[in-house]
Amino acid sequence: MNSISVRALLVRGMLAGLAAGVPALLVAYLLGESKVDSAIAYEDGHSHDHGVELVSRTLQATGGLATGVLIYGVALGGIAALAFCVALGRVGGFGPRATAVLISLGALLTVYVVPFLKYPANPPAVGDPDTIGKRTTLYFLMIALSVLLAVGALILGRRLAPRLGNWYATVTAGAAFAVVIGVAYAVLPAIDEVPEGFPATLLWQFRLTALTIQLVLWTGFGLLYGHLAERLLVPKAASGQQPDPAARTAATAR
Amino acid sequence: MAHPAAPAPKAPAAPAITPISLKKIAPWAVFFGVLMLVLLYFVGAEQGATSLISGADVHEWVHDGRHLLGFPCH
Repeated sequence: MNSISVRALLVRGMLAGLAAGVPALLVAYLLGESKVDSAIAYEDGHSHDHGVELVSRTLQATGGLATGVLIYGVALGGIAALAFCVALGRVGGFGPRATAVLISLGALLTVYVVPFLKYPANPPAVGDPDTIGKRTTLYFLMIALSVLLAVGALILGRRLAPRLGNWYATVTAGAAFAVVIGVAYAVLPAIDEVPEGFPATLLWQFRLTALTIQLVLWTGFGLLYGHLAERLLVPKAASGQQPDPAARTAATAR
Repeated sequence: MAHPAAPAPKAPAAPAITPISLKKIAPWAVFFGVLMLVLLYFVGAEQGATSLISGADVHEWVHDGRHLLGFPCH
């Protein structure tokens, strides 16, 4: 193995993240923008105005949204690719495609779903501008906790595997993760800044849409990156026939 | 690396994959990991809780993405 394969895997991760960002962007645009608009309409009717409009709503909903979602895809694709490089061949007996899908699932859960269950996405008008610092800190803290604890659980699971077997080691590690996350949920302060009278259905639909965007992004990334990584790491003629680790090593060094 | 003459006696469906050495990954992980986190910071938090650039242009430009991607926006 040389670092060329890390570079190749990283570049593919960023590209797969960009590509997976496209359907996620479509979902965000087609399903999400109407909710953002409704929330802004509520906001304008009820409270402070935003003052001078620096960026028009049209631009925010198109170019701005695309910038945000696609950069998010590239950045997380790159990070997921680095995690893939570490996980490949180290976590169970999974090949590149299965490893990529597992990394995606792990990223969806730890980077998004676990923090979301404590601090869900909020539309405009929900959230007191004065507490933005606290809310941002708590949200990023929750992401960091979730990712670090997941890595810890993974290491725990690998340690336990020789004694308990893969299945029960995985279940035990998962349970340990859930318990510690549960404690974090209980200890960290709750945030409830939904203004009185804000439509419950709109909040619910906005949050579902936010979750859908992530599902689409990570499903797309897992499948696409798995395909690219498999093509890079498994020699075409040999795939499925040549169980020779040295052949794979040679192929990845190309 | 030596090439064994005969294929290793592993299950053909899931042949073992040589892990990439951590030393090879580390420089990429450090440099690009930080770069990716900086990108995420600009999409998710700049000109919200903290500001490296004055004004609100970055915030306003990525406003909708920030809400829909789950970041606290304002």
